[in-house]
Amino acid sequence: MTTTVALTIAGCTAATAAIKAAGPIVLGGRELPTWFTSVVILLSPALLAALVATQVFAEGDRLALEADTAGVAAGGLVYWRTESIVACVAVAAAVTAALRAL
Amino acid sequence: MSAIVFAGSAQFTAISILAAGGGAGAAVAAATLMNSRFLPMSAAVGPSFSGGWLRRALKGQAVVDHSWALSSRGDGTFDEHLLLGASAIAYVTWISGTAVGALWGDALGDPDKLGLDAIFPAFFFGLLLNEMRSNRAKGVAALGTAIALTLLTFTPPGIPVLVASLASLAGLTRRARADVQERQEAEGEPR
Repeated sequence: MTTTVALTIAGCTAATAAIKAAGPIVLGGRELPTWFTSVVILLSPALLAALVATQVFAEGDRLALEADTAGVAAGGLVYWRTESIVACVAVAAAVTAALRAL
Repeated sequence: MSAIVFAGSAQFTAISILAAGGGAGAAVAAATLMNSRFLPMSAAVGPSFSGGWLRRALKGQAVVDHSWALSSRGDGTFDEHLLLGASAIAYVTWISGTAVGALWGDALGDPDKLGLDAIFPAFFFGLLLNEMRSNRAKGVAALGTAIALTLLTFTPPGIPVLVASLASLAGLTRRARADVQERQEAEGEPR
């Protein structure tokens, strides 16, 4: 078991480091072509939307609406009204906790 | 593991596989898939990092979801110092949090009860709302959501988010490129 854990940690370390180094090594310090900039600008909404969706609309590998779905929605509403990310996060956690306590 | 892998979702993925009796190979493969979303992220920040290739590769290690999203200037470039700073703070709290959890984790009870699992999605959601100023960005967000939720039920963890990043290829259309060019010319100095 200890060997398995050590192997897992070593493997994860190497793979993650390689992934994260790839972009800066290959693309660092270059002039950006317009098409690349254009795609990168849209990478944020694509990745953020996918991260939110997979965490909020799912439980493991199945789709599910739960307390955190409502909580994050409430947080979004607060952000939309106040533009405060701190208020957004605080309300999301509070609403989620309150719904679970019911 | 927190100190050297430093990627929450991948750590949890690997551990849940080990806990379910899976081998090291399966755990590493799943965690790597989970971390594959850093590939488009690191490609995006690559041009914004200064220094030689080794320095850039080291800076690339600091890329995590929130610092990447936070340091995006919205014009395709990234604030290098904000990214490194945000990651440094997260790194210290992540490790100290892991230590606290390992020592006193049982005393806290179930973190889900406190709604703590809503914090990250809410943070990303706030950043997303901030990004969705143009109709194009809204469309890409909707497409990314649809791709991720469709793939979620039948692909391994990590794949839905990676494939959803392809929604950004909407930036290749002639109109999207023309908008970027227009904005760069308006700013005077094309980069």
